[in-house]
Amino acid sequence: MKENTRLMSGNEAIARGAWEAGVRAGAGYPGTPSTEILENLHKYDGVKCEWSVNEKVGLEVALGASFEGARAIATMKHVGLNVAADVLFTAAYTGVKGGLVIVSADDPDLHSSQNEQDNRHYARAAKVPMLEPCDPQEAKDFTIKAFEISERFDTPVLLRPVTRICHSMALVECGERSEYEVSGFDRNVKKYVMIPGFARERHKVVEKRLIELEAAISSLNVNRVENLPSEHAEMGIVTAGTSYTYVKEVFPDMPVFKLGMVFPLPEKELLEFCANFDKIIVVEELEPFIEDYLRARGVKTIGKNVLPVTGEYSPQLLRKAFNIEQNPPARMPQLPYQLPPRPPSLCKGCPHRTIYELLSKAGVTVSGDIGCYSLGVLPPFSAMHTLVDMGAGITLAQGMEMAGGGRTVAIIGDSTFAHSGITGLINAAYNNRKSLIIVLDNGTTAMTGMQPNPLSGETIYHAPAWALDYQKLGEAVGLKNENIRIVDAHKKAEVESVLNELMARDELALLVIKGPCLIDLRKKKKSARA
Amino acid sequence: MDNKINNVLMVGVGGQGTVLSSNILSLAAMYDGYDVKKSEIHGMSQRGGSVFSHVRFGTKVHSAVIPAGEADVLMSLEEMETLRWLEYLSPTGRILCLKENILPATIMEYPQGGADFISANYPGSYVIDPAELKTVLQNVKVFNVAMLGLLSRLIGISTASWERAVVELCPDGTAELNLKAFDTGRKLFKD
Repeated sequence: MKENTRLMSGNEAIARGAWEAGVRAGAGYPGTPSTEILENLHKYDGVKCEWSVNEKVGLEVALGASFEGARAIATMKHVGLNVAADVLFTAAYTGVKGGLVIVSADDPDLHSSQNEQDNRHYARAAKVPMLEPCDPQEAKDFTIKAFEISERFDTPVLLRPVTRICHSMALVECGERSEYEVSGFDRNVKKYVMIPGFARERHKVVEKRLIELEAAISSLNVNRVENLPSEHAEMGIVTAGTSYTYVKEVFPDMPVFKLGMVFPLPEKELLEFCANFDKIIVVEELEPFIEDYLRARGVKTIGKNVLPVTGEYSPQLLRKAFNIEQNPPARMPQLPYQLPPRPPSLCKGCPHRTIYELLSKAGVTVSGDIGCYSLGVLPPFSAMHTLVDMGAGITLAQGMEMAGGGRTVAIIGDSTFAHSGITGLINAAYNNRKSLIIVLDNGTTAMTGMQPNPLSGETIYHAPAWALDYQKLGEAVGLKNENIRIVDAHKKAEVESVLNELMARDELALLVIKGPCLIDLRKKKKSARA
Repeated sequence: MDNKINNVLMVGVGGQGTVLSSNILSLAAMYDGYDVKKSEIHGMSQRGGSVFSHVRFGTKVHSAVIPAGEADVLMSLEEMETLRWLEYLSPTGRILCLKENILPATIMEYPQGGADFISANYPGSYVIDPAELKTVLQNVKVFNVAMLGLLSRLIGISTASWERAVVELCPDGTAELNLKAFDTGRKLFKD
């Protein structure tokens, strides 16, 4: 073991890589599996970090830091990039000044997500290069490389780790931080002001940049070929990311083209490799992104015809798909009883169980939202009936009302409310909707591991910050004073009577139920003792 | 050091210390000079759900995920959870099960027969009664470290590296207690 080797998760490694690359600014919104990147990065000296209100804001903040000449990183989960997509597509046009790396942490198998979209498509759609690491060491190395590519080609660069990398640990060799002067903003309207006349020209720059980038890929040392045979052979493998590690486990001696950059793909190198074989096995989780590219260029592939487009891969999945005898075979005697599932649940003693008990009893349709409160859908409550995306609880309720569904109840957590619930609240007031909007405020972003947010009164550094005032907010957007109620989650009788009172009214109402997260309280007590 | 990859699958229920246990094992393996990879899932599943952590160490480890049928040891901190992961165990693999019964929210009564099933079908396995640990270790929070002590008798990592990892990762002020728990676990070994 070398002196500078540490056991690190992929997320710790990305934070370390960003720090070593001299990053000055980090912004993002918590989301599994990306959260621990900023949680680690903000502990390093020489970097300013923030939890942003949402991913769009986070990416804009990071882009601003880049315009100023600082290296900057924006972090988010895959669905977060949907929120930030508006920035991404035009940031591709403006390019950067300081290197800008956007981490999109994808979640194949939906360990903690509402869908399993494949964000490699964003790289192609926005025409932004994307690197995909296969383990924590590469996560660190590729983060540093991403900053270099960003500055060399004047483009934001996407880094796509997946859950299996973010939350895996491995040995990572650490280096020192490279320092540089932040050169300041250049007033260059043709580059930074995307009115049509200027943007038209920048689009041409984007196209030219992609051609230059593709031509330079081999010099970037991100892709590699292993076990290339001296003569023509039957099969070779093209793969990237975590899938590469499963390939090495199952086919240790097969020829492999391992892609580190998944967009743009290196046409010349890939086709040269493929020409050595009758057929190419493409191993990639989720979409046939690489496979479609190869097939469009006449390569005969085996891929999604035998491998799934859903879920995560694993060594045993590959073995099964290619009929490789499991060695040694698993032994499975008949179990003594059928195993009951053990799904996650709202914590025992969570003060917010009360409202779900009440809503369950009332039998009303509840449009819900992302976060801990999504657990209200499961027994014993079964008191949530929709969940789509951040903030949609509030707005779906309005659509149901519009379609004749009557007055509805929406439920949302504090962090999600700040992220994209407030716009829905404004929309409801503006359009004379009558929903009852319930905000369950536990003082933190709990599901992702206790990150402060604009309603909890502290920053990522746990420094005091302004906590958004529900009462004033409600009044400002147009709710009647008597329709805004803030109650203590621990006072069950009061929660029930206020709920009944607001449900009986035929007007837009905001009910805020406050009760701190138990895990957060325990954590804070612990750190106060230390 | 040969090329064999050592695979330990650690399972339990959110809040039992499964992840901390796997961190200690990974660090101990690193101190012994092994390449190490570890994989688990954080986030939603930790709210009282099933928790698992794959730890792999050897000369060179690629996949962070243990292939089914290849775990040398399945270390479980909860009885029912042991049964959930049996397909990962190799035919020569051994089970270390702490016989804690944590009722899942989906059922009313904890099903019986898990421990007997393990003892009958998996020779060389250990089912540890928490009451037995309680006589020596008053604090249930270190039972996971006791299980690591037992595990240390089955896999090739030096005691010095184990103890260094335990001390480094246990909460401040609990080193002595955790080392005692580790030693208690070591003494459970019977071969």
